[in-house]
Amino acid sequence: MSAIIHGAGAATALSTFNSKKLVARSRTNLPGRSKRCIVAAGSDDGSKSFGSSSLSLRHSHKLIANNAVATKADTSATTGHELLLFEALQEGLEEEMDRDPHVCVMGEDVGHYGGSYKVTKGLADKFGDLRVLDTPICENAFTGMGIGAAMTDLRPVIEGMNMGFLLLAFNQISNNCGMLHYTSGGQFTIPVVIRGPGGVGRQLGAEHSQRLESYFQSIPGIQMVACSTPYNAKGLMKAAIRSENPVILFEHVLLYNLKEKIPDEEYICNLEEAEMVRPGEHITILTYSRMRYHVMQAAKTLVNKGYDPEVIDIRSLKPFDLYTIGNSVKKTHRVLIVEECMRTGGIGASLTAAINENFHDYLDAPVMCLSSQDVPTPYAGTLEEWTVVQPAQIVTAVEQLCQ
Amino acid sequence: MALSRLSSRSTTLLQPLATTSLLRRRHISTDTTPITVETSLPFTSHLISPPSRAVETSSQELISFFRDMALMRRMEIAADSLYKAKLIRGFCHLYDGQEAVAIGMEAAITKRDAIITSYRDHCTFLGRGGGLFEAFSELMGRTTGCSKGKGGSMHFYKKDASFYGGHGIVGAQAPLGCGLAFAQKYSKEEAVTFTLYGDGAANQGQLFEALNIAALWDLPAVLVCENNHYGMGTAEWRSAKSPAYFKRGDYVPGLKVDGMDALAVKQACKFAKEHALKNGPIILEMDTYRYHGHSMSDPGSTYRTRDEISGVRQVRDPIDRVRKLIIAHDIATEKELKDMEKEVRKEVDAAVAQAKESPIPEPSELFSNIYVKGFGAESFGADRKELRATLP
Repeated sequence: MSAIIHGAGAATALSTFNSKKLVARSRTNLPGRSKRCIVAAGSDDGSKSFGSSSLSLRHSHKLIANNAVATKADTSATTGHELLLFEALQEGLEEEMDRDPHVCVMGEDVGHYGGSYKVTKGLADKFGDLRVLDTPICENAFTGMGIGAAMTDLRPVIEGMNMGFLLLAFNQISNNCGMLHYTSGGQFTIPVVIRGPGGVGRQLGAEHSQRLESYFQSIPGIQMVACSTPYNAKGLMKAAIRSENPVILFEHVLLYNLKEKIPDEEYICNLEEAEMVRPGEHITILTYSRMRYHVMQAAKTLVNKGYDPEVIDIRSLKPFDLYTIGNSVKKTHRVLIVEECMRTGGIGASLTAAINENFHDYLDAPVMCLSSQDVPTPYAGTLEEWTVVQPAQIVTAVEQLCQ
Repeated sequence: MALSRLSSRSTTLLQPLATTSLLRRRHISTDTTPITVETSLPFTSHLISPPSRAVETSSQELISFFRDMALMRRMEIAADSLYKAKLIRGFCHLYDGQEAVAIGMEAAITKRDAIITSYRDHCTFLGRGGGLFEAFSELMGRTTGCSKGKGGSMHFYKKDASFYGGHGIVGAQAPLGCGLAFAQKYSKEEAVTFTLYGDGAANQGQLFEALNIAALWDLPAVLVCENNHYGMGTAEWRSAKSPAYFKRGDYVPGLKVDGMDALAVKQACKFAKEHALKNGPIILEMDTYRYHGHSMSDPGSTYRTRDEISGVRQVRDPIDRVRKLIIAHDIATEKELKDMEKEVRKEVDAAVAQAKESPIPEPSELFSNIYVKGFGAESFGADRKELRATLP
């Protein structure tokens, strides 16, 4: 196994092979952020090469431009503006509505009220009642209406006040949204974006703490993405609106107040790409949405204990970015999946199956999956904490896997 | 000879057109002088004053009604035999008996007005300009079908004629239809959407949800309940407490129409379109009947008597009604109409034969049109291969 690198601020090392790969990939995202980051070199035979010229160091800044570590405040030289995640979503939405008059928003209380999580604040005043529509409480009907409108030229953004409410619209999402492009032989495209907050919040009760990724993941014809930082929230929102396919954008109730600096210039994130949060060598940790932060917290502990985890935020829940994940598995040979989804039939379950099918030869240990318990989320605070995966459990799991 | 035939057949309806020649074949298809006909029954209305019973039509229109309805009837009967020959599989819902609704509606609207209906969509597709060959190919699952063989009987669509299908789940097309109307209002198109549903779907909650939104936002939506009195095997009186479907919109005006009379349907749809463009949604209830069962797997006789079916066929059949009108107004003779029916039959048979020869889809078609190739479209495939693949 490759040697352990101590400490987070260790020397930046590059191997030429890795650098080429990273350069190629960063071109798909617009540059504009530089982050303090570690690139750990590791070729498969365990040897390392250190590229140490200052030129390559500057290169490394640009290479890892898109590797976001949102927990650390960055000392970037480039300009940008700081905002909260819901503001980033709002900015993305507003920019797209300015750009294309076909984009409209529909949902409960998105207009005059400004949105229950303020994502659509101010948009009704700016764009009027026909583009930012307050619907009555009938998820089945307004989701269906959004899909019907999308069958012509509109691009509605449908907001579920809580993702759990979208269960009422499941028929429309599954049968009409996902399947119409196929059953009409390609005649109709359904460029809708269905978004809303989900996940376990702070003692919101069982019905308001649902994770619907697992229910929607089998629907053919839709794409699912989960945002986790203001940067990728804005990028994914814009990409989802511009995509011709129906996209379900999963946000998380507890992440709306995350603060980050994002670039001033326009950028879009690729819908199907995973994000490398922290390159590492010992183990690949795959996560998304809120669990990313639990993982990064655990990563601090792990690094102090001498492990070097590679953390990937998979972002795209359907289809999986097996390219990035595969490269990581080939490097580290151990996988831990940390998710907030239910254990049975969840995203982690599908991901485990996909990794086992495709990368079985590269694994040194069975894929381990930490998901939230298969229980309705209880109200009591302590019980709720035990429902989701906590950093301590992640540390234990990594230690177990890396034995 | 022709004149003597005329005088012996005159009826209580208005004066026949002046015939000037003794030629056996008249120029029937190009005559557009207006004829006024009264509908068979008056309109019943809710919250609105009904349109007049006098409908303007012309010989050209009546002949086209006859021909198109005969075509639809023949197509459905051909589909029946194809199903029994196991060339059409799965579910096949036939529309014979209800043709007047499709025809009358087409006569009142343009191709920019949208129609969306449920799974009983073969004739509506034809009415919107769809071809027989495409219809039969789709029913038999061939690539030349209107949905490339991947939709089937319940998923006929024709985007360029604003025909939005073709939906298998009962009632799910109601919100979609209101969404289409919303898009028409948004783009200021001056067009309306006709959302058709059945008496069975009239009890769906999503219908009322969509109706509420349509009325609230003044959408140009016309909701048409094709009331054939049976929701599969359950009669109307056993499934709805209030079978007056045109009144169930409550705050939305409604109109009850004899759905077996193509001219009444035309009048009602014209009226409804004008209303919807100005005042928002309106409900039309078409009192119609289907001769076949709910679908080909339903004999159609376990919940109703054969006498009832044949009774309706004798008294209210839409094609016979137009036939009598044509003959009474001396637009064509009985023999000419029979010849027309024979032509239609040949046309349908030719389309069936051609469709039988069409190719079945390639295996690669299984994965096409799941996603649309779009922005940033490189992805990793629904089949999760490791390599990057572009979305098909």
